[in-house]
Amino acid sequence: MSKPLKKISLTKLLHQNKNKWSFIKLRQFYQSLEKILKETCSYAELCTNNGHWLDYTGTEMNSSCFSCSSVKPDCVCELTFSFSQLFEGPVFFYYGLSNYYQNYRQYGVSKDANQLSGDTTYFLSPQDTCSPYQYDSSGKPIVPCGSIANSKFNDTFKLYLMVNGVKTLVPFDGKGIAWWTDYNVKYRNPATVNGSLAKAFDGTVKPPNWPKPAYELDPSDAANNGFVNQDFLVWMRRAALPNFRKLYGRITGGDYSQGLPAGNYTLQINYNYPVVNFKGTKKVIFSNVSWMGGKNEFLGLAYLVIGCLCVVMAIVMLIVYAKYKFSDDDDMQ
Amino acid sequence: MTWRDLCSWTRRRDSSESERRLESNLPYEGEKSKNQPNRHYAGNAIKTTKYTLWNFIPKNLIEQFRRVANAYFLSIAILNFVPSVNAFQPQVALIPICVILSLTAIKDAWEDFRRYQSDRKLNRRPCLIYSRSQQSFMERRWKDVKVGDFVRVLSNEIIPADILLLHTSDPNGVCHMETANLDGETNLKQRRVVPGFCDTNSTFEPQNFNSIVVCEKPNDNLNHFSGFEKGNKKTGFGIESLLLRGCTVRNTADASGIVVYAHETKSMLNNNRPRNKRSKLERKMNIEVFFCVLLLIFMCLIGAVHVIWLESFSTIPMYFIPNSDGTYTSSALSGVNMFFTMIILLQVIIPISLYLSIELVKMGQVYFITQDVDLYDEERDIRMQCRALNITEDLGQIQYIFSDKTGTLTENKMVFRRCTIMGTEYPHSENATRLALLAGETDADEEVIYQQNRRPPLFSLEEAQDGPARASARLPGNSSLHRSRVTAGASSCMAFSSPMETEVVPDETLLHLMENEEDKSYLDFFLAMAICNTVVVSTDTARRQGVTGRRNSALSSNPLECMEGLFSRATCCKRLRKSLEKLTCRRDSHAEPFDMGQTSFYDVSAFTNSVEGFDEDENAPGHRSNVNRRPRTGSSPAAPLEVCYEAESPDEAALVHAAKAYGFTLLERTPDHVTVRLPHGKELKFKVLDVLNFDPVRRRMSIIVRHPRTREIIMYTKGADSGIMEAAETQGDLDMYARDGLRTLCFAKKVVNEQTYSAWSIRRQEALAAISRKKELLMDTAADMENNLTLLATGIEDRLQENVPETIRALREAGIQVWVLTGDKLETAVNIAYSCMLLDHRDLVFTFNTESKREFSIGLVIDGRTLSLLLDDDLQTQFVELCSHCRSVLCCRATPLQKSRVVTLMRHRLKVMTLAIDGANDVNMIQAADVGVGISGQEGMQAVMASDFSISRFKHLKKLLLVHGHWCSTRLANMIVYFFYKNVQAYVNLLFWYQLFCGFTGTAMIDYWFMIFFNLLFTSAPPIMFGIMDREISAFMLLQLPQLYKRGQQTGGYRRSTFWIGILDAFYQSFICFFIPYWAYEGSDVDIFTLGIPMNTVSLFTIILHLAIEIKSWTVVHWVIMVGSVLVYFIVSLAFSALCISCNPPSDPYWLMQQQMADPIFYLICILTTVVALLPYFLHALRGTLMPSDHLKARQIDQLPPHRRDQFLREWRNLQELCASFPSV
Repeated sequence: MSKPLKKISLTKLLHQNKNKWSFIKLRQFYQSLEKILKETCSYAELCTNNGHWLDYTGTEMNSSCFSCSSVKPDCVCELTFSFSQLFEGPVFFYYGLSNYYQNYRQYGVSKDANQLSGDTTYFLSPQDTCSPYQYDSSGKPIVPCGSIANSKFNDTFKLYLMVNGVKTLVPFDGKGIAWWTDYNVKYRNPATVNGSLAKAFDGTVKPPNWPKPAYELDPSDAANNGFVNQDFLVWMRRAALPNFRKLYGRITGGDYSQGLPAGNYTLQINYNYPVVNFKGTKKVIFSNVSWMGGKNEFLGLAYLVIGCLCVVMAIVMLIVYAKYKFSDDDDMQ
Repeated sequence: MTWRDLCSWTRRRDSSESERRLESNLPYEGEKSKNQPNRHYAGNAIKTTKYTLWNFIPKNLIEQFRRVANAYFLSIAILNFVPSVNAFQPQVALIPICVILSLTAIKDAWEDFRRYQSDRKLNRRPCLIYSRSQQSFMERRWKDVKVGDFVRVLSNEIIPADILLLHTSDPNGVCHMETANLDGETNLKQRRVVPGFCDTNSTFEPQNFNSIVVCEKPNDNLNHFSGFEKGNKKTGFGIESLLLRGCTVRNTADASGIVVYAHETKSMLNNNRPRNKRSKLERKMNIEVFFCVLLLIFMCLIGAVHVIWLESFSTIPMYFIPNSDGTYTSSALSGVNMFFTMIILLQVIIPISLYLSIELVKMGQVYFITQDVDLYDEERDIRMQCRALNITEDLGQIQYIFSDKTGTLTENKMVFRRCTIMGTEYPHSENATRLALLAGETDADEEVIYQQNRRPPLFSLEEAQDGPARASARLPGNSSLHRSRVTAGASSCMAFSSPMETEVVPDETLLHLMENEEDKSYLDFFLAMAICNTVVVSTDTARRQGVTGRRNSALSSNPLECMEGLFSRATCCKRLRKSLEKLTCRRDSHAEPFDMGQTSFYDVSAFTNSVEGFDEDENAPGHRSNVNRRPRTGSSPAAPLEVCYEAESPDEAALVHAAKAYGFTLLERTPDHVTVRLPHGKELKFKVLDVLNFDPVRRRMSIIVRHPRTREIIMYTKGADSGIMEAAETQGDLDMYARDGLRTLCFAKKVVNEQTYSAWSIRRQEALAAISRKKELLMDTAADMENNLTLLATGIEDRLQENVPETIRALREAGIQVWVLTGDKLETAVNIAYSCMLLDHRDLVFTFNTESKREFSIGLVIDGRTLSLLLDDDLQTQFVELCSHCRSVLCCRATPLQKSRVVTLMRHRLKVMTLAIDGANDVNMIQAADVGVGISGQEGMQAVMASDFSISRFKHLKKLLLVHGHWCSTRLANMIVYFFYKNVQAYVNLLFWYQLFCGFTGTAMIDYWFMIFFNLLFTSAPPIMFGIMDREISAFMLLQLPQLYKRGQQTGGYRRSTFWIGILDAFYQSFICFFIPYWAYEGSDVDIFTLGIPMNTVSLFTIILHLAIEIKSWTVVHWVIMVGSVLVYFIVSLAFSALCISCNPPSDPYWLMQQQMADPIFYLICILTTVVALLPYFLHALRGTLMPSDHLKARQIDQLPPHRRDQFLREWRNLQELCASFPSV
């Protein structure tokens, strides 16, 4: 890696637009750097999360989602996998994105907190921070406005367990996956007009990327609509790092409270969200959590190593102390 | 000075003329201001405030933005208002700078308010102004005084403006003035009415005043003033007719005059604000700030280059935000934007609160220095003063000390020791015995006071009482004296008047000669001693009480001296009485033993009377002390004949007292007359024709009198021997005196014939009336007169101050070069240098003077004339080279200018930190050095006024430098390094690391409010406390081991490497603080601010614990502040997270802290990260054990129990001496 680095001088960087050749070189260098970074990242992922994960981006030709990866709406693909033994519960099901910068600065401020707290005055005139997802082309205000809401992850998943060749749906519990305070305090739906949430959104339009308006996010549960939709809340809590996962649902219901039994599974994916253009990947993760949260090998390892180091240092110090202390005493006498 | 600006318009008008003309306001009283003749001159109301209510905000802001740092932070805050680059909400970004600005503004406003209050108090003081309508002096306020008004000042009142004296209640037209408020000198200064107004002895009628007063423009020279008054004829006047604002009228019932300067008075122009020097450390620190700027730019450039990463995408990812028109900013432009965004984000790398903190820390340091009991002079109630508030740490880096001799190393309390008259030497051996006795006694007493360990007195009480027991039969007051010796605390009667100086036992041989011979030269000698001076005789008891009442005056009482005084008086009086008895006996045998002049005969009874009077006189101070302080001591009523001498310099006082011992008592001094009582009681009243005052160039003063009997015009001159014509037969004695460490003074006489005098007098008058070249003209005329003198001589001793040798040795051990620059004779200087251990007898001394070049070694003694050659450009380099090889350098016969040139030369050529110390008025030298120290002592206070620090004794320098200097410089250096470390560690680096994971877009993973709180609330107090209170090594150890000072000398404990180690440490710690939480949360569903909280917490812990390791001494305050900071962090964070739901979008802290604190991972991360971040201290500790520095060893020793500690110290010192004796090893 060091060779191309030497070639890049600062002046070339500054004149990159004039000197296309060096710019191309630079880009190559950057891409290769990024590749290595990504490899280490995914390696780290494997280390730190003892969960089972499946990449369904579909960039590989042999991937079952390959056909979906070029953007087609409502494309459905299936992944199959198996557990050789019981995957102990409670099992959490996450979707994961990589190379996705939810911590991008302009992206991060692109929302209207007042609107999301249900203040209808901001429905008709969203704050400027939402720009350019403030008004649509016809001048109607977008609710919820801003880039974060607009870019909400919209793939949906269904998990089937193959029992005797029959697909059995493994239910995801999508309730209570967001922060309690977000659901109960911070995000509020506007007051219903004549008992209808939809009427409160009158005069506004849905974010351009959304297939449905906010009040129709979950047709199965009226209480899970608007700004307090759990998936929406999870998405709105921006990830700190570019490779992140977000909770999609828990597998706790009924037969699966002990975990996922051994067997073959099929994951049916409604593939909507484009990631290929920014070289992102999408994956799903099954993970089990303890009282300490998700499994975290790093902390354990680090504690072991540092603990050992401290013991060694303590011994060294003890030796040094003993030597000097006693020699001091000799001096005294 | 700001008020200069305020009245600049008046000054401009004023300056259109070369001089100031003014006339009486009275004819214009009641008229409109445009008709007033003196309307252009500023009124007397003072205004020292910088601001008014209206202009405070703009003016204060302008002042503050003169600071580059503030301007930097403001421009960054403004940058935040540019939408494309803003990293934070623009309004929020203004908060830190606003807080800093408003804190500084509050501080300024408070100071200004204090000034306003004191101004108002001054302006409202009452004074008497003449009113034409009322035909009398009316009570007004100071602020109503205008130029041209007539003002009357009563006794003990403070003078409201600079007043030209036109009338006093004194028949001689004399007014006495105490200038203690102005320069701290407590002796009375005599002022006299403008010549020509003396006759108006009756009531003063201002209305009759119709002259025009022309004088020089306002200036700050307290000792010079010139002008003339144009009435019927032109009369010149000088400083001797000017009453200065701020001084107190004493001894005179009332004095009236016309106001010449109001507001622009000499005292106001002299009233300098505390000096604003920039310390070496601060200059150094600016380089570090520059490094930080470079680091910042480097980091921002990395951010700007992120466009490459943007270019790597084939299409725009959905988390990119297009412009409102749907397009995307070009990568080059967004690179530039990013650069600025990063600057905003990482701005904290230049610590915004550093400058304010340094100011606060220095204020605290100054407070603690001034509070030090060891630097407090109990005797005179003088406390150490810091006039320059911002160079405390320079005290810890001094490499060269340039000291004056007189008043600095020595007491500047002069004692008459011996004299030579007409080539015959009178050793005054009895007097020497008395002094030796007294000195021994003083030492014993000092032991009691300074070491708190009582030794048996050198003098047993019986022995002491032996003499007075017999004497008390005749002196009834004496029995009480011994009791008062134990407890009495009385003010000494006179300035410079411990019994040391006031009493002289006459030399028997000389007394014999006085009886037997008829040679008038003895008479002349004593007359010269008595009258050739400017000593003022004061008899007014009211005035003295006024002074003794003021405890805080520079000259407050010295109980010790008083005790000695009372005691020694008893013994001395006894001896004197004995000798005088002998004398009178002999006188009985000789009918006409001593012919004074032509007609005077010896009157035995008169002589004894005078001796009685003298005795009572000597007891007087004791009585007064009894009355004032100790009513229980029985005492006789205050003596009727009480003579107090107010001398401007101690040698004058010593000489007058010596003359008095021989019976030549100075009784009265007015501008026109000097009255002296001769030994036989006869009083001689000399008419004073002229006084040529002392100046340092001529080094002499003269008085021209007309002898009342002979009608001869006689000039007596007194001065340094170089100032007086040399005479061969006395030179040997003078050299001998000098070798004994005596300061020599010569008296000379000249009889002037009438014609010469009248011719000279005319020229003199012209010179006096001149304004422009007055000084030179006066000098010329003085030189014309002072020639062809006949020489007489005396020797005076100047005692060494206590603990001077010890102090010098300690300073030497601390690696400080001590130079003495003095105006004294070579022999005197060398002698003093030996006695204060500056030169050691083992030393080889090079003496350079123009005549000989004797070569010995190490110590260098330079003569003034040689010095002027050496200071020439071509020899400078060699001189500096030579000096750098010398252990000690002694420059004698140096003029003030030469002294300052030496200091400047050393400072610039050797690039060393210099300190100049002076006890009198070598302002030049003090200002030339990096640090100027003044000794508030006996003589003038000019040095103190010009100094940065003022102490009362030379020995205090030891603690000031070795302890406070060391502390201040280490504290400040540590604090500054810590500040940089803190700001780099927390936030700048944490944020920078985060940029690697957010595409260099300037996102902060910590909520901005937390960042603001972090710097302003959570981590601001500990470093300030650290800077004020930390003491690396105890004062005891620092004084015991002066060599510990050496570390600070080169670097002030602040090396560039320390800075870089601090920065490296910050990089390491921030790396740990970022990446351990990062790895722990990697790939998880953690959100931005949830990731930030543990990083923030860990960062706080590391910063606080880092400081905890750095802190060398823990007190309750430390614990409170350290634990308090952590508590405040948690409390404020929890409260803020709980209360701010969407209070200030895009800030989004709601429930973050609670969420994290409910998660065990948070605690695991906190513990692990803090431990790992501080792990390198293990190596530090190991190094401290294996290779301890001297400082560390000293700290270890310090912690031992006292007996073991002393043993260690002894061993250490022995070892060092051993090493020193084998330098090659």
